[in-house]
Amino acid sequence: MTASTATVDRPVRSAVDVDWRRVLKWGGLMGLTMAFVASIGMLEAFDRRLIINPYLSLGYLAIGWIPFAFAYATAHEEVKEGIEAPVKGLRDVVAGAAAGLVGSAGLAVFIWMISTFSLRDIFVKLSPVLVRLLTFDTSVATGVLIWVAIMVGLGALAGVMHVVTPRLRKALFSGVAWALAVSLLEAIVKDAFDEVKLRWLSSWAYNLNGGLEAIPAIVIAIIAGIVAYRYGGTIPKARRTYAGLAPERRLRLSVIGIVLVLALFIGLPLIVGGIVNELLANVGLFLLMALGLNIVVGLAGLLDLGYVAFFAVGAYGMAVLTSPFSPRFAPALDFWVALPIVILIAAIAGLMVGTPVIRMRGDYLAIVTLGFGEIVRILFLSDWLSPYLGGAQGISRVPFIDLGPWEIKGSNPKSIFYLVAVFVVLAIYISWRLQNSRIGRAWTAMREDEDVALAMGINTVTAKLLAFVTGAILASFGGAIFAAKVGTVFPNSFSLLVSIIVLVVVIVGGMGNIPGVIVGALVLIGVLGGPTQPGLLQEFQEFKLLIYGVLLIYMMLKRPEGLVPSAMRSRELHHEELTQDAWLAKEPEPAADGGTA
Amino acid sequence: MAMLELRGITKTFGGLKALQGVDLVVNEGEIVSVIGPNGAGKTTFFNAISGFYPPDQGEVLYKGENVAGLGPDDITKRGIARTFQNVRLFPNMTVAENVMVAQHCRTRRGAWSAIFNTPSFRREEAEIRRKAEEILSFFGTRLVGYRFDQPAFVLSYANRRRLEIARAMGTGPELMLLDEPTAGMNPRETKELTGLIKRLRDEKGMTIVMIEHEMRVVRDVSDRVAVLDHGVKIAEGGYDEVSSNPDVIEAYLGRPAEESA
Repeated sequence: MTASTATVDRPVRSAVDVDWRRVLKWGGLMGLTMAFVASIGMLEAFDRRLIINPYLSLGYLAIGWIPFAFAYATAHEEVKEGIEAPVKGLRDVVAGAAAGLVGSAGLAVFIWMISTFSLRDIFVKLSPVLVRLLTFDTSVATGVLIWVAIMVGLGALAGVMHVVTPRLRKALFSGVAWALAVSLLEAIVKDAFDEVKLRWLSSWAYNLNGGLEAIPAIVIAIIAGIVAYRYGGTIPKARRTYAGLAPERRLRLSVIGIVLVLALFIGLPLIVGGIVNELLANVGLFLLMALGLNIVVGLAGLLDLGYVAFFAVGAYGMAVLTSPFSPRFAPALDFWVALPIVILIAAIAGLMVGTPVIRMRGDYLAIVTLGFGEIVRILFLSDWLSPYLGGAQGISRVPFIDLGPWEIKGSNPKSIFYLVAVFVVLAIYISWRLQNSRIGRAWTAMREDEDVALAMGINTVTAKLLAFVTGAILASFGGAIFAAKVGTVFPNSFSLLVSIIVLVVVIVGGMGNIPGVIVGALVLIGVLGGPTQPGLLQEFQEFKLLIYGVLLIYMMLKRPEGLVPSAMRSRELHHEELTQDAWLAKEPEPAADGGTA
Repeated sequence: MAMLELRGITKTFGGLKALQGVDLVVNEGEIVSVIGPNGAGKTTFFNAISGFYPPDQGEVLYKGENVAGLGPDDITKRGIARTFQNVRLFPNMTVAENVMVAQHCRTRRGAWSAIFNTPSFRREEAEIRRKAEEILSFFGTRLVGYRFDQPAFVLSYANRRRLEIARAMGTGPELMLLDEPTAGMNPRETKELTGLIKRLRDEKGMTIVMIEHEMRVVRDVSDRVAVLDHGVKIAEGGYDEVSSNPDVIEAYLGRPAEESA
C-alpha cells in the first residue's frame, strides 16, 4: 500500500500486529458508554427527533457516534517527537473493527440483560421501548447481529480515517459534521431562512415532520466536503503570512479584523431570527459574568464559588430601583439613573464579601465564597427581607429600558442583544486594560506567589479587594440587564448552579484569557445553554448537566489550559516541554568574565 | 548613621527559641554577612526584619524608625528588599515582568488611569519597562535581549538567582537582604556574583546584609561578619577576627572530644 512511498526507516507493520490491549480497553469502554447512554434514556428520548429522514434519528445518532469515536481513538497513536511514526495501514482498520467487535459484545450482554431481567424498579429508563429500539424491532439475536455489523463497520471506517490523507480526512469529517449540524439546528436555520425570505429552500431541505431529507443531506455533505478539501489549510497559511508581516501592517490588519467582526455583530441580529437573538443575549449575559469571574479567578487567582451573589445583587438592585411594584421602597427610577447606583451597591457588596475572606487562600476561600453565594440567595428568600424584596415571589414588572426612539424589552430580543453587546464590549475593554497594567501585573504576581508578592511591596489586601470589586461590578452589569430583560427577579434565578456554570465557562474557555472566555461562553451557553436558558441544541436540555460534566472532565484531562489558552496559562501547565524546548534552542552561555564586564 | 539597628530581637515558635535577643547595627554602605550553622536562625532573622514573622520582642530600627510589626509590603516600601533562600520567582511571568511588577510600590497609576489609558499612565508604563531593562542590563548580557520576554522558569539556576536579585532591585531599595545568594552556583558563577554584590554597593549605593555559607564569598565581600548559633549572636567583627574566634569554631565543628569528656 503506502509502503512504497514511505522512507525506509518508517516501520511498516503487518495487519495483525495490533495492540490488542488497546483494542480491549477501548472496545470495553465503547460497550460501557453505549450501555450508559441507552440507560439514561437518550436513545428513547430522541427517537422521535429525526436527523435524516427517515434513516437516522437523533436517538441512534446519540449512541451511534460512540463506536466510531472510540474505534478512532483505538487506532490513534501518539506520535512522539524524534521517533519515526509507523506507516498507517490495514493494521489500523483491523484495530478499529476489532474494537467495534469487542464493543458490540459488551452491548450484546447489555441488550440480553435488559430483555431478560426486569431492572425497571431501579433504572426507570430500561423500558420495553428501549429493548425494542435496541433490537430494531426484531428478536434479540437478530438485533445483536445487526449491532455487530454496524459497529464492526463503523470501527473499520474509523480505522480507514487514519489511513486516508489528513486533508481528505478533514474533508470527510466536515462534510458529515455540516450535514448533521444543519439538521440539528433545524429550528434556527428555518428561522433565519424565513428572515431572509428563503423559505422555499428550507422547505425543500427539511421534511415536514422534522429532519433533513436524504438528498439535501447528501448535497450539503458533498458541498461542505469539497469546500473543506479545496480550501483546507487556507487558515493556517493565512496565519503564517500574518505572523510574517511587519508589526505596523499587522496592527492595521487586526484593526480591520476587529471592525469586520463588529460589523458582523451589528448586522447579525438582523439576519438571524428571534431564537438566535435571544440565545446571543443569554450568551452575552453569561459572558459579562464570565469576564468578571475571569478577573477574580483567572488573573488574581481567587477561587470564588459564590459569584452569582453579585449577579443577584445587580438584578435585585435594578428591580428595586426601577420597578413601581417593588414592595416597600419603589423610587421607580429610569434604567440609566439606577445603573450607577446598582454599580455602587455591587461594589459595596464586593467589598463586603472580600473583606472577611482577605486572609484566606485556595480551598478555604472557595468554601467560604460558596457559603456567601448561598447566604445572599437565602437572604433574598427570607421572611426578614421579604417586605423589601418580596421573598419567594420576588419583584415583578421591572420596566423596559427607554432609549427615546427605541425601547429595549424582553419581547424584542434584537434590542436586548444590542444592549448586552454594548456592555460586553465595555467589559472586554475594561478587562483588557486592567490585565495589561500595573494592577494586572500585581494580580498575576499575587496568583503566582502571594508571599513573594507581599515582599515585592504589593499591598495584597488592596489588590484582592480591587479584584473582588471589579468582578462584582461586571457581574452586576449582567444582573441589571437580566432584570430589565426578564422583567421579574426572584431568588431561584440565582442558584449555586449559575456560579458553577460561569466557572466552567471560564475554565473550558481558557482561564485568564479574554478570547478564551468569549469562546467558552459561545460554546457552552450558546450551544448547550445556561442553567435555565436553552441553547442551540435545545433537545439536550435534559442532559445538559451531564454533558457539562463530561466536557469538563475531558478538558481537564486533554486540554487543561482551555479552548483558547492564555500564553501564561499554557506555560504553567506545560512547564517541562517548554523547558525542554528552551534547552534545545539554547544559545551557549556567555563566558563568566564576559557577563560582568 | 546606622541604616539598620536591631535591638534585642526575640522570636519563638512554640517552645523553639529561634532568636534570642539579637542585636546588630548595620551602617550605611556596609556589607554585613550573617553566618552560622544550619538551624541557627539566620533565615528567621531575615524574616523578622522583612516583616514576614514580626519579632515577639525587640525593635527593628530602619533609619531610626521602628518598623517591627509592619507588614512585608510596608517594609519593602520603606526601602528594604529581600531575596529568598529557595529561589521564589514568579515563574510564569516573563523576565521583564518579574522586574516590572517589583516596581509596584514605587509607581502610582491605578485602575482608572489604566482603563482610560491616560497619558500619565502610558508615561509610567514606559518608564517601568525602561527601568526594568536598565536593571536587567546590570547583569551583563545574561538577562537582556530575547531573555526579556522569556518566562522566568526556563532560566538556568544561576540566572534565576540573578533575576531574583534584579527583582529585589526593582523595588528601589536602600537596604538589600540577600539570603544565600550563591547557593547552588558553581565556583565560577560564585566568583562572578561576589563581584556583583560589591557593585551593588559601589555603583548602586546599597547597604547589604547577606546570609552566606560559602566562606570565600564572606571573606571577599564582608566588612563585618555576625555569627548566629541557636538564635544567639555569638560573635561579631571582621572576617579574620571571627574566623579565629573559638566560640565560632566550636559552633561549626563541635567541641574537641577530650574537653567535652
